Amino acid sequence: MTYALYILLFPLFAGSLVGIFGKPLRALPSQLLTTLGVAISFILSAILFYQFIFLNHAPINQVLYSWAVADQLHLNIGFMIDRLSVMMALVVTFVSLLVHIYSFGYMYDDPSKQRFFSYISLFTFMMLALIFANNFLLLFFGWEGVGLMSYLLIGFWFQKDSANAASMKAFLVNRIADFLFLVGIAGVFAYTHSLEFSQAFIAAPSLAQTSITLFGHPASVLTVLCLLIFCGAMGKSAQMPLHVWLPESMEGPTPISALIHAATMVTAGIYLVARLSPMYQLSPTALSVVMIIGATSALFMGILGLVQTDIKRVVAYSTLSQLGYMMAGAGASAYAASIFHLFTHACFKALLFLAAGSVIIALHHEQDMRKMGGLARKLPITYITFLCGALALIALPPTSGFYSKDSIIDAVQQLNAVGSSYTYWCLTLGVFITALYTFRCFFLVFHTPTRVDDPAHVHETSSTMWIPLIILAIPSLALGYLLFKPLIIDSPSWFGNSIVANHAALQTAAAMALDSLSHLPFWLMLAGVFTAWLCYVRFPKLPTWFATRLSLIYIVLVDKYGFDRLNDFVFVKGTRKLSQFFFAIVDVKVIDEGAVHGSGKLIAYLSQWARKLQSGYLYQYVLVMILGLLVLLFWQI
Amino acid sequence: MNIVDFHILLPEILVLAMAALVLVIGLFSGRKQSSISYTLSQISLLISVVFVWNQIGMPTLYALHNMFILDAATTLSKLMILICAIFSLAYAKPFFNENPEKTHDYCLLFLFSVSGMMMLVSSNHLIPMYLSLELLSLPLYALVTIQRTGMNAEAGMKYFAMGAFASALLLYGISLVYGATASLSLSTIANSLQLLQTQYSTMALIGLVFIVAGLAFKFGAAPFHQWSPDIYQGAPTPVITLLGSAPKIAVLIMAIRLFSQSFVTFAAHWQMIWIAVAIASMALGNIAAIIQNNLRRMLAYSSIAHMGYMLLGFVTQTPGGNAAALFYVFAYALMTLAGFGALIVASNQGFEVENIEDLRGLNSRSPWIAFMILIVMFSLAGIPPSVGFFAKVGVLEAVMSVHMTWLAVLALIFAIIGCYYYIRVVKAMYFEPVEDASPLYSSWGGKVILSLNSLIILLLGIFPSSLIDLCRAVYFS
Repeated sequence: MTYALYILLFPLFAGSLVGIFGKPLRALPSQLLTTLGVAISFILSAILFYQFIFLNHAPINQVLYSWAVADQLHLNIGFMIDRLSVMMALVVTFVSLLVHIYSFGYMYDDPSKQRFFSYISLFTFMMLALIFANNFLLLFFGWEGVGLMSYLLIGFWFQKDSANAASMKAFLVNRIADFLFLVGIAGVFAYTHSLEFSQAFIAAPSLAQTSITLFGHPASVLTVLCLLIFCGAMGKSAQMPLHVWLPESMEGPTPISALIHAATMVTAGIYLVARLSPMYQLSPTALSVVMIIGATSALFMGILGLVQTDIKRVVAYSTLSQLGYMMAGAGASAYAASIFHLFTHACFKALLFLAAGSVIIALHHEQDMRKMGGLARKLPITYITFLCGALALIALPPTSGFYSKDSIIDAVQQLNAVGSSYTYWCLTLGVFITALYTFRCFFLVFHTPTRVDDPAHVHETSSTMWIPLIILAIPSLALGYLLFKPLIIDSPSWFGNSIVANHAALQTAAAMALDSLSHLPFWLMLAGVFTAWLCYVRFPKLPTWFATRLSLIYIVLVDKYGFDRLNDFVFVKGTRKLSQFFFAIVDVKVIDEGAVHGSGKLIAYLSQWARKLQSGYLYQYVLVMILGLLVLLFWQI
Repeated sequence: MNIVDFHILLPEILVLAMAALVLVIGLFSGRKQSSISYTLSQISLLISVVFVWNQIGMPTLYALHNMFILDAATTLSKLMILICAIFSLAYAKPFFNENPEKTHDYCLLFLFSVSGMMMLVSSNHLIPMYLSLELLSLPLYALVTIQRTGMNAEAGMKYFAMGAFASALLLYGISLVYGATASLSLSTIANSLQLLQTQYSTMALIGLVFIVAGLAFKFGAAPFHQWSPDIYQGAPTPVITLLGSAPKIAVLIMAIRLFSQSFVTFAAHWQMIWIAVAIASMALGNIAAIIQNNLRRMLAYSSIAHMGYMLLGFVTQTPGGNAAALFYVFAYALMTLAGFGALIVASNQGFEVENIEDLRGLNSRSPWIAFMILIVMFSLAGIPPSVGFFAKVGVLEAVMSVHMTWLAVLALIFAIIGCYYYIRVVKAMYFEPVEDASPLYSSWGGKVILSLNSLIILLLGIFPSSLIDLCRAVYFS
């Protein structure tokens, strides 16, 4: 318990200290302080991990203190420490620590290092609060907290208009999602009179039986609640159609993209579904929705990665696609596989982002892949580590991605639910697409004739940047092999009772995964790599030929299926029109002139009058007192 | 006086004895060793805290022929009064440095006033109540005029004249009640009032109204409030830190004891009167504060408004309401201390913070002090997470629990109006440019005290339940 508290408090303390005293503290001590805070958190997480996983410590579900009580509404701060949260905390602190170290190099020439480090430390705190929460309140606090930090960090370079626009977009999209999430939480409270997870889990079976009428259709309360909560998860984990903010979030510094928009925050939605698995498990409808949305995101977001020219955007769309895989896995009740993929993805995607960042720094903030090429020799370490990440991403056996992704695909294949065959095909085709865009990016950056403006000046980045790359490359390759048995095959697995585990299905899936060489995804993956080689190394004219021949598809893809256009047209323009009406009529006329200025004038007038009352003359004061006394006397008698 | 009485009265006796000691030392020591009396006074307050601390958890005890009472309410409020006094005296340190010749007088009067507050809290009889109220007030009149310059003298004169008038009202009220009931002890008044005939009942009721007027003056509640803006503006700032905080606690305890114990028969009457006073205070305080440019006048009107909110808890006549009022007054005392303390700390040689414009751009000159003032202003406005928020929530909840929704709504409207002038200060500090952006140098001592004070406000906002539970324990037994 105390460990968990300290895990949270160290980043909070370091982050706020640097945030407040950053200026007098200077850059280097601030960086060291925050890094130290996260390092301690990481060590403590490792200790907790050891205690819970290997020493079989019983789960702790404890209220730390009661913040406020109003009738039945208990606003408690409480921790749920079990195997799931402990493992999650370990991953988060691990990636966060490496990103802290990496940022020493990446932010080397940035003038506001203190602000940056303070933000990422506070982000780590918020994320940990989200993970350790034992009730919806603290979860929502962390949820909004990471959202806020993400907003601040996307707009970190606030001099750039595009960064401001991107941060605003991220904030607004998440606001829509979080609003529905909040409605879901309110619903949970309305039906269970408690915000605790444990109470919600106890009430879940009866809620599944209760039905309410919604827009004229009867619906199970549990399904409605699960779907509302899932809306929150969709926003944070950027599932279609709420994905539009994630690609734009790449305006932030690259370490942020690695930490927040790949490894930790965006996976909060998956974590949420897994954490609430006792609820989701009882609602087949909600599960199918989760699965279908996940699968759709997995395939169609991957396809978008094919036409991007910005190296970070490719990785961003890849993240969207991989999040889709996790969501689909969770929707297929394969929570274990989904969380497993979350862990491996955290490693290899952070690696890919950091490696991409290393390329960007080496090229002096150049992100366009059309101006790269032939960097393999110039940046050997980045090259090798990027390759490791790419192999893990395309799920080449026996890298980590292979184990986790194939577990999901096979679990879906085993499933017989609404939409499961659609999901299976989406995910399987997604493997081909993943391989294609990953190696397209890889070839364009590291092979092919160089298109760099000034190739002579390109050299490997500083050690604080490449050391994290190497540290991340190891788990990217090996983590799958190490965790596959304890997380997926063993029964009980490392997850214990922390999530609902569907062992029978998973174990068959596991058996299949082992001989996956004879399966479709493996060959599709190889086909993807081959196609990439064919198109971008062997016959570089091929993509252009395709683009002109299939211009319609190409335009649709470059337009990102028109989501932004649609949003712009319906929501932005529509809202503007509506706002214009409200502004011109309601705001200016009624509120401004009537209520605001009117009441302001009234109060200003009263205020003047009250001032006149205060004349400064003693006899008048006494007169007022006597008058007051007389009024009270005659009133009461 | 037997030994048990002595034990009960120990904290008061100590403060008085130390006051006498300071008097003697002041006579014999030179002007240069002015810090002796300051140190002695602080020590005596601290020891008194220890004595009061030891009285925690004692059963209800009486002393001096039932004139003096010791119960949970007295212990808790004495602790708070002493804490406020310690803070207030600490804020006065820069004043002592500038005016060493005033230190002895200041400390002496200060200790007398504090002992008056402590005795007022424990009075169980109208005569000691009146006497300790005078003991509380007389040194304050003198303290206000301690510098004898124009503003000070005018403020002190006004305060004295009006205070004398208010005590006359109070005394007249007491005499009427005595005439009707033939008793002065709080517990016997209640019994006699129940058995009164009609004509005597009217007499007692008139007495009650006079007592209300006298106490409302001490609270600084409308329409008996008009002294406060002038005095807050004219008096030396360290004096206001005392005048604005601890006496309100003492008077509230007294009022709760007096009205809910002795005047139960007239509960409906005094409830209406105090509601009227509360509404008038909230309305007048918040509205008049808006137009003020002078920070002290603004804070004076703010104090009038806050007294209105505090009274809301009191008028519900429930244990929960009394507890909420107690919590409110504690919170308010801390806030007003920090508010005026910040004025002291933000002022330095040659630069006196008087008007809101003087705080312009404070954030760029001294971010820490600006942040502390931000906490105080947010707390006064009742914005979470500060103790002011929970104080307001507490009284509003109490009002709602007795189904006076209209009153709660009214209070909320005035609270919203009130936000304007608090946030104006924050706006000036953070968003308005300043011509002279040189860093503000202030003494470390003052900064530490202010930070401690403000952080307590913040901390109690994050962990309010500890103090709320203590307050509730007083009235739920």
